[in-house]
Amino acid sequence: MKKLLAWAILLLGITYFILPLVGMTEFSLSMRRGVYSLDAYRAVLADPRFHQTFGYSVIMALLTIVFGVLLVVPTAFWVQLKMPHLRPVVEFVTLLPLVIPAIVIVFGYIRLYNTSSWLPLTGTTFGTNLLLMLGYATLSLPYMYRAVDTGLRTIDVATLTEAAQSLGAGWTTILARVILPNVLVAVLSGAFVTFAIVMGEFTMAALLNRPAFGPYLQLMGANKAYEPFALAVIAFVITWACMGLIQLVTRFSKHTKAAR
Amino acid sequence: MTAPPQAPPRARRRLPLTWLGVLPFALFVGLFLFAPTMKIVIGAFQTPEGGLTLDNIRGLFTTSILSSYWISIKISATSAALGCLVGFLMAAAVVLGGLPGWIRSPLLTFSGVASNFAGVPLAFAFLATLGPLGLITVWLRSEFGINLRALGFNILSFWGLTITYLFFQIPLMILIITPALDGLKREWREAASVLGATGAQYWRMVALPILFPALLGTFALLFANAFGAVATAIALTGSSLNIVPIMLFAQIRGDVLGNPNLGYAMAFGMILVTGVANVIYIWLRIRSERWLK
Repeated sequence: MKKLLAWAILLLGITYFILPLVGMTEFSLSMRRGVYSLDAYRAVLADPRFHQTFGYSVIMALLTIVFGVLLVVPTAFWVQLKMPHLRPVVEFVTLLPLVIPAIVIVFGYIRLYNTSSWLPLTGTTFGTNLLLMLGYATLSLPYMYRAVDTGLRTIDVATLTEAAQSLGAGWTTILARVILPNVLVAVLSGAFVTFAIVMGEFTMAALLNRPAFGPYLQLMGANKAYEPFALAVIAFVITWACMGLIQLVTRFSKHTKAAR
Repeated sequence: MTAPPQAPPRARRRLPLTWLGVLPFALFVGLFLFAPTMKIVIGAFQTPEGGLTLDNIRGLFTTSILSSYWISIKISATSAALGCLVGFLMAAAVVLGGLPGWIRSPLLTFSGVASNFAGVPLAFAFLATLGPLGLITVWLRSEFGINLRALGFNILSFWGLTITYLFFQIPLMILIITPALDGLKREWREAASVLGATGAQYWRMVALPILFPALLGTFALLFANAFGAVATAIALTGSSLNIVPIMLFAQIRGDVLGNPNLGYAMAFGMILVTGVANVIYIWLRIRSERWLK
């Protein structure tokens, strides 16, 4: 009886999650009347704006990941090693982007870094791109920090650092060749979440007027019939791939640890 | 021989400069998290010329803005409540319902994907399913003669948005509540039944009170999550539903309210709502962790 109920609940839930995915996929395949075809995908892939916006978002995502890693790994390492009393504060601060809506943060950027301010980032294309990248880094900060911090907790940072120092390593060497390889799995899972967030992000890119994938999706949704659904399928596959890769690297690392 | 001269520089380098290690981080969050937020908060209490005023806050209490906050709060609360309920039932079905163990891992992985699958693509997925020509809409009409539109359902409405938000709310609930359900100790259930409690009594008097802070806390988190969601709403409804994020989006783009500082006040209102929701979440989380360790 209990088991039956559990199955019923689970199946109902799964139905709710599957139907939109089926609907989206079905629509993306029905551009040609009467038969399923990949026409919508072909149309999307032939659209130069797709390549531009997709490429733009991929590059932004990679830059955000590099920036995030360079910012978060040394900070989390330093806090753990030298300033453990600061940890609750830093942890709290990194969670704030989940509390303050992205639209509010970007609103602040626009008013704070406009052409008449002390740091006129939105005045140039490069400056706006930089600002958008920093905004993405802010959005992904909770995930990146949490992943790296969890990774650092599983290793003995103090001993590793002292060992490296006694062998004559400087801080850069310690971070790049001792700490980073040890938390690589954590960094990678943070990186994949960041990638998924940046690829789908709409609000910041739209309000800063940058040609990213998210605003392009919205534009297509307002103007085309079948292409948006093909794009949605592509976006879903990207998200799925990112999460799948996280599972893969985590499992892979558990496996190697168990084998040791 | 060379040892004494080495000592002083080392002491000088180490003592006062430890804080330098967190300087880049402090600079980053200061410039790109705190400063923009403070700009909004301060701007909410300023006239365009820079003087201090409460007019912007007072400006929020007009019918159109108040009703947009009210719709936003209703949608967020409904989707959070339903998300909590369904997510809890699904997690309980998997953890406690005696289902085969292999289901758990794929469900959690899928929840990770679905909770991140928000924004514009999610809106498209639901348009394709419940929109005017959507999969379910068409199927119900052709197979059963049920016309959803005639029944008053519209994807560009309160319920349409709520059902869509559930797609990321339910998975988030599953992700957060599964560890909490794992924390329910078997001994508690056994102790309860030894004392003669029925299953319902165990849930009402033992399990739910223990889980209550976690449940309510997650509710607050889901509420804030839905309240700040912009992209899904814009892609789904355009501007046909006046919720706060959509209004603020239009205001930032083109000052539709006719007063730039009223935009600050709207944004400040959003921070206030999500801030309160999250304070509740954090407070309850600390309380719930006492039991579920």
